[in-house]
Amino acid sequence: MSVINEMRLDFAALPENEAFARLVISGFMLPLDPTMEEMADVKTAVSEAVTNAIVHGYGGGAGLVRLSASYDGEGEMQIRVIDHGRGIDDVPRARQPFFTTSPGEDRSGMGFTVMESFMDGLDVDSVPGQGTTVRMTKRIRLRDDAVPQRA
Amino acid sequence: MLCYEKKKNALTVRLSGELDHSVVTAIRGELDSLIAQTGAKKLIFDLKGLEFMDSSGIGLIIGRYKVMSRRGGSVAVSGTDARIDQLFRMAGIYQLVERLA
Repeated sequence: MSVINEMRLDFAALPENEAFARLVISGFMLPLDPTMEEMADVKTAVSEAVTNAIVHGYGGGAGLVRLSASYDGEGEMQIRVIDHGRGIDDVPRARQPFFTTSPGEDRSGMGFTVMESFMDGLDVDSVPGQGTTVRMTKRIRLRDDAVPQRA
Repeated sequence: MLCYEKKKNALTVRLSGELDHSVVTAIRGELDSLIAQTGAKKLIFDLKGLEFMDSSGIGLIIGRYKVMSRRGGSVAVSGTDARIDQLFRMAGIYQLVERLA
């Protein structure tokens, strides 16, 4: 199916923008008429990915985080969270539950596990020193008349 | 965002709004001071007022579990909705923390 709606947003890697990113993705998916559950799944997964970019990608330093999203006529959403921070040395290890590089800071190490559980697809692409791209897929079950079709 | 009440040895902390990494960073120091000041033996998180929580909330609770354990105390949670419950189970939190009704 071809994309019928898309968005892209760059914001500073600041903790207060975690809530902003959740607000943006919630607003973007509204035309799909998602259930509360689907909306919460996507919000939580985006929150995890954006927090990773801010805390780990940029390590609290300056930088931009990109959130982009699209959906097709069947309600399949593609979401990307991209940073140009320090990258992840060992992606399979980072994806394991409870793995954290900052144990003293009360990070649970559950971020990727949560993204994987709440979304239908998760792909993490990272180059040390260059940054990380997290791609997530979520299928929103369409109710009749939900999606505004493009002519 | 955070209010608390101490009864006997139990410190109850009520969280409301959205619990994410930015909020955890802002409140964990305050929580640890409260634990030290009150000398509480039991820390209860009342999460009924939360509208959102991600894995940062798991980190906050496991971190406080460590603080309370070092003091010979314990942690409990109450007011968990289905979603928060799912996150807690994913992280095996109920092996460390009691779940109250």
